Amino acid sequence: MWRYYVALALRSSARSKALTALVIALLAFGVSACMVSYAVFRATTSDPLPGKSSRLYAVQIDNVGPSYTWHGEPPDMLSYTDAVALWQAHKADRQTLLYPASWQVESDDPTIPAMPMSGDAVTADFFPMFDVPFRFGASWSANEDAQHANVVVISRRLNEKLFGGQNSVGHEIRLDGKAFRVAGVLDDWNPRPRFFDIGELSRDQAFDNVGDIYIPFTRATDMQKNSRYANCPTATGETDTSNWGAYLHGECGRIGAWVGLATPADAERYREYLRNYAKEQQRLGRFAWPPNVRLNSLMDWLAYLNIAPKASSFSMLISGSFLLIVMVNVVGLMLARFMRRAPEIGIRRALGASRADIYQQFLIEGAAIGFTGGLLGLALTLLGLWGIGRLFEPKIARLVHVDAPLVLLTLLLAVIATVVSALYPTWRAAQTRPAWQIKINH
Amino acid sequence: MTLARAFMQLPPIVTALRRHKAATLLIVLQVALTLAVTSNALFMVATRIIHLSRPTGTDESHIFVIRNGWMIGQNPTQIDANIRTDLDALRHVAGVRDAFASNDSPLAYEESVAPISTRIKLKPDQTTMSRFAMLSVADEHAIDTLGASLIAGRNFRPEEIATVDSNLKLPSPGIIITRSLADKLFPDGSALGKTVYLPNGPTVIIGILANLQGPISWSQSADGDNVLAPGRYIDPDGVDYLVRTDATDMKPAIAAALKALQERSGIRVIDPTDGAATLLQAREQTYATDRSVAVLLSIVCGMLLLATAGGIVGLSSFWVGQRRRQIGIRRSLGATKGDILYYFHTENLLIVGGGIVLGIPLAVLANLGLMKAFYPLQHMPLYVPLLGTLLLWLLGQVAVWGPAHHAAKVPPVVAIRTE
Repeated sequence: MWRYYVALALRSSARSKALTALVIALLAFGVSACMVSYAVFRATTSDPLPGKSSRLYAVQIDNVGPSYTWHGEPPDMLSYTDAVALWQAHKADRQTLLYPASWQVESDDPTIPAMPMSGDAVTADFFPMFDVPFRFGASWSANEDAQHANVVVISRRLNEKLFGGQNSVGHEIRLDGKAFRVAGVLDDWNPRPRFFDIGELSRDQAFDNVGDIYIPFTRATDMQKNSRYANCPTATGETDTSNWGAYLHGECGRIGAWVGLATPADAERYREYLRNYAKEQQRLGRFAWPPNVRLNSLMDWLAYLNIAPKASSFSMLISGSFLLIVMVNVVGLMLARFMRRAPEIGIRRALGASRADIYQQFLIEGAAIGFTGGLLGLALTLLGLWGIGRLFEPKIARLVHVDAPLVLLTLLLAVIATVVSALYPTWRAAQTRPAWQIKINH
Repeated sequence: MTLARAFMQLPPIVTALRRHKAATLLIVLQVALTLAVTSNALFMVATRIIHLSRPTGTDESHIFVIRNGWMIGQNPTQIDANIRTDLDALRHVAGVRDAFASNDSPLAYEESVAPISTRIKLKPDQTTMSRFAMLSVADEHAIDTLGASLIAGRNFRPEEIATVDSNLKLPSPGIIITRSLADKLFPDGSALGKTVYLPNGPTVIIGILANLQGPISWSQSADGDNVLAPGRYIDPDGVDYLVRTDATDMKPAIAAALKALQERSGIRVIDPTDGAATLLQAREQTYATDRSVAVLLSIVCGMLLLATAGGIVGLSSFWVGQRRRQIGIRRSLGATKGDILYYFHTENLLIVGGGIVLGIPLAVLANLGLMKAFYPLQHMPLYVPLLGTLLLWLLGQVAVWGPAHHAAKVPPVVAIRTE
């Protein structure tokens, strides 16, 4: 039966070409605007570690008190004191401390000039926790963390630059003039968003490339290597590093801490541990406020930091309203289309078609129009994604891609939007009384 | 006479609309939504464009910045000597008008060596909120290099320029501030010569600049609140050299400046790809998001208005088709083509008017909602939806023009034909 209805739809479309074309074009534009925005939104809110992210948690401890917190939320970064205390308590399956920094990098090759390179001070667990792939060698050991060893893991990119892509494990490079032994070379690794140290960077760096240098946290601290940003509880927010010891053990937040916890129950236990830790600090007189701690899973952490570019969520909103307006428009046009066919409906009803048949006919007609709009919308979406590089920064535009779910979703959205828009016009059409229409026409 | 006739036609139009409740309501709803969305979106486009086209108060098209990192292991005395030699060399490069060293540069918060924010108090024991400002270290060449205009007071003197480290421990002998900051500190306009208190101690305002935008570019109000503090900025990380050229084509001067610095290459690290950038590049980069939002919103607004126009054309054509008989009867009873045109244009004016009545409160509500969701957003002044109203009325009239003309062409003889 639906074939017959589609044929009827085609015939009626042929009779009112302009109106049909208008509906299809409107749908195509509405749907494609939504899908282009969605493709960008999806890219900026994707899970960087699917399957694992729910077992990784970022830690926050309020060490500055109500006068320096924003809406009562603890600072994004931990103080050195708290970070090291967590690290030494070792209450999680896996844990890492980290902060981003940059170094001057030199190799034994005198033809390569010294270059500033950024990266992170991390601990041995960092690599297995975040599934960081190795090309050569491996992470340093927990033992080397404890020994403040001069070891480094470098990116594939840096290995290309310094060693021409050869296995450089065991070779030495100099960071800020100090010799470090290469323990491992990473394979291509560039999680988007750059989730692991975004808490220690500015939010608009969330889609930047990751760094090239990873050295032990303990060693970086010995080097008096400061983090990229520090958040100090002083009236000016300024950082005074003239006395390193006082700065290090002060209350400046500058370190990120991640813990790997297998089950929600483990997470609850860890939260309890954090509360007890803060309570202990309160008892010792370091915190003059009740425990204020957070343990956010990876995706919650990214949502809390609100890293999705505003332009992206905004375009979602605006193209959503565009589709809504298009749908209102389509309701009107479908109403016109169906009402014009009142005589046809009257005759079908008089010849025995039930209301249900009319419903079926017109909803199928709506779906067929929607599907056509979806096909055109798909073409426009592809065109839009092709042009996206002009609208969004390259680092965002690069993430956007087309895949089967996006194609299916485009068609589905178009069909659903049209069928929903066709509901009221169909209901009106089904109200047509058989006899009356026949009388009018003869 | 014509006016009275025009009013006479109103009741039949309203009566006819009542018979098409659903279709009328749909257009009303559509116009209302379109007004709400477009006035908010276009307001946002306008604010973004205003935001990203603000002048920095500098001679932007003749300034570039070299991000100069220091090789590890140099003490402050060596770095100080490096800066003196570098500045001397830069100022003698062909095509260079002037240069100075600082901790940051306009529009480049992320790229600057060390953007420094500060707090200014009017009294040493002030407990109320101190005034936020960005602080740039500068010397007596800074104003000429930036091309800023000093509207009151004096420039720094060479003897006031001492070494300053990143912790800014030493108080400044005197500071030059922007007019926007001066007006906030001293609304009565008496800032010049006043003593103010920075975190590192008291200082005197010795000069006022007409305008100077610092490294930050995202705040609504504080981007122009800047302090120039005298000094040579000694930071083991590096220093920013700001250079002003004579010619607008800066490429030769940039190359020559980099070459001059490379003569003493063992002491420094300059990124070969983005170690030198013009202020125009910084502007491009820092406002990239603002620009993409503005373009995106404009595109969607354009499509939205087209969609609404399309909807009006579609439904009006349908109505004209439905009313051919009625039009024919009116024509044969003596109505002119003008009367028919008038009928459809007035009808459209009424429907769009209904949409506007609903749309203006909707637009204001949407603005309030958006202000909550997207923080740096301003109140939309009421003239924005009113402008949107004009736009939609105009759009409606243009859209209905075609169908109305079609209707006016209906010959009177239709009245006696059966279809």
